[in-house]
Amino acid sequence: MLQLDALTKTYKTGDKALKEVTLDVPPAQVIALIGPSGAGKSTLIRCINRLVEPTGGKVMLEGTDLTSLNASALRRERRRMGMIFQEYALVERLTVMENVLSGRLGYVGFWRALTRRYPQKDVDEAFRLLDRVGLLHMADKRADQLSGGQRQRVGICRALIQDPALLLVDEPTASLDPKTSRQIMRLICELCAERGLAAIINIHDVALAQMFVARVIGLRFGEVVYDSAPDGLTPDKLTEIYGEEDWEATIEKVDDEEDQTIEAAQ
Amino acid sequence: MPVAETASGPVWRLRNRNQTLARWFVWLLGIAIFLWCWQRISDATTWFFVWDAPRIAGDILDRATPPRWSYIDKLWVPIWDTLNIATLGTIGALVLAVPTAFLAARNTTPSALFVRPIALLIIVSTRSINSLIWALLLIAIIGPGVFAGIVAIAIRSIGFCAKLLYEAIEEIDQTQVEAITATGASRWQVMLYGIMPQIMPAFAGIAVFRWDINIRESTVLGLVGAGGIGLQLQASLNTLAWPQVSLILLVILVAVVISEWVSAKVRGAII
Repeated sequence: MLQLDALTKTYKTGDKALKEVTLDVPPAQVIALIGPSGAGKSTLIRCINRLVEPTGGKVMLEGTDLTSLNASALRRERRRMGMIFQEYALVERLTVMENVLSGRLGYVGFWRALTRRYPQKDVDEAFRLLDRVGLLHMADKRADQLSGGQRQRVGICRALIQDPALLLVDEPTASLDPKTSRQIMRLICELCAERGLAAIINIHDVALAQMFVARVIGLRFGEVVYDSAPDGLTPDKLTEIYGEEDWEATIEKVDDEEDQTIEAAQ
Repeated sequence: MPVAETASGPVWRLRNRNQTLARWFVWLLGIAIFLWCWQRISDATTWFFVWDAPRIAGDILDRATPPRWSYIDKLWVPIWDTLNIATLGTIGALVLAVPTAFLAARNTTPSALFVRPIALLIIVSTRSINSLIWALLLIAIIGPGVFAGIVAIAIRSIGFCAKLLYEAIEEIDQTQVEAITATGASRWQVMLYGIMPQIMPAFAGIAVFRWDINIRESTVLGLVGAGGIGLQLQASLNTLAWPQVSLILLVILVAVVISEWVSAKVRGAII
């Protein structure tokens, strides 16, 4: 569904953030993208929807080459890609409802956007989504009154109301506490399964990634150095991705946590 | 950072000896220049007039009190004009300042090379000329009266409002703009959802702040014939009608105090 073909990004300073990344994302697959800070994870995600302009290579979304589109065609294709951000990136001074509906901006004209007169089916969908993430009672609150986890749920609604085929998720849990992090990751993965969405999730927390996804991609200095199932992440592999460190504890912890989750579920 | 090795271990000082001496020398030079200037000014001053000043001031105060309260009947219309000049001038300035600010802000300007310098030029040039001088120019162009005053205030305020506003635009949180862009929103929609909500508090604050300043500025516009209470002030000063002058100054003081109070309330309500 999404193919990256030798995607390259070289910043003006000469830093090579991405070096010919080639990747194939089949429909409805959730992928975790791990790697140290500065490995190019955020750049990769932003090059897909061209918030950052790639300097080489192709991004094919369902057969369309995104890198060659003009502004209005790109705008139409961006509607197919929902994005979720690390610091939520909600418009702080607007209400929850306005924030969710802003996901429909690609479908409505300027005057509807200005007067907030969205089509009724969009509003219905917004209510349905807010109900799904448990924030229906917050619809009229201003975004800056919510807690971190609640804000991220609103961010998820904003991405889903676009009716996307693909979710681009940039560090969804980096500003959240461990429990909320899990809840948010679980919610994202559940929603992807419900709607058959593919997703690329940037994530720092290796253990969390292993808990929720079926495929992990490791990025180091802008290159893919790991692309396989999460249980293949041995200490050697983690050293290859992140550098020398004692990894036994991390992997140990994952097993414990998985046991606990299963116990809790039972 | 000077660290001196001594027998009892390293000693740290903020500056080494040469830096300290250099600082003392600069201070000494500064004081010398100050004293020299003082001497020059003293030589150029007719001290007799200065020693005489308290007596003259007392004399004028004596003539000016009590204010001629009955004159207030003739001041209602001019003070109303003054308020209108300030308010309409501010609105006009804001209408012109908003697009200028968007063209001047680094993150929203369509072209940093061509459009931004023009916008900055507008900001600098309108700010650098005093509203009294704008009024003199405009009276020559569109004739004396309230309208010239309104336009003078509007032009004078564009630079001030646009400068503060474009600084606010440059300080917005860019991730909110990114998020709205990522939904497939158009350039204007991004402005509407990503930028406008973030700068609204700054915009409202700037508007009332400038209105507050403009009330004060518009009180003197009448001195050059651009309408408002300054006309009466000019006439009273010319005829040495000191009781009327004192009443006019009182009225201006009250108007300014009220405007301060209103703008403080409005700002408090927004933030």
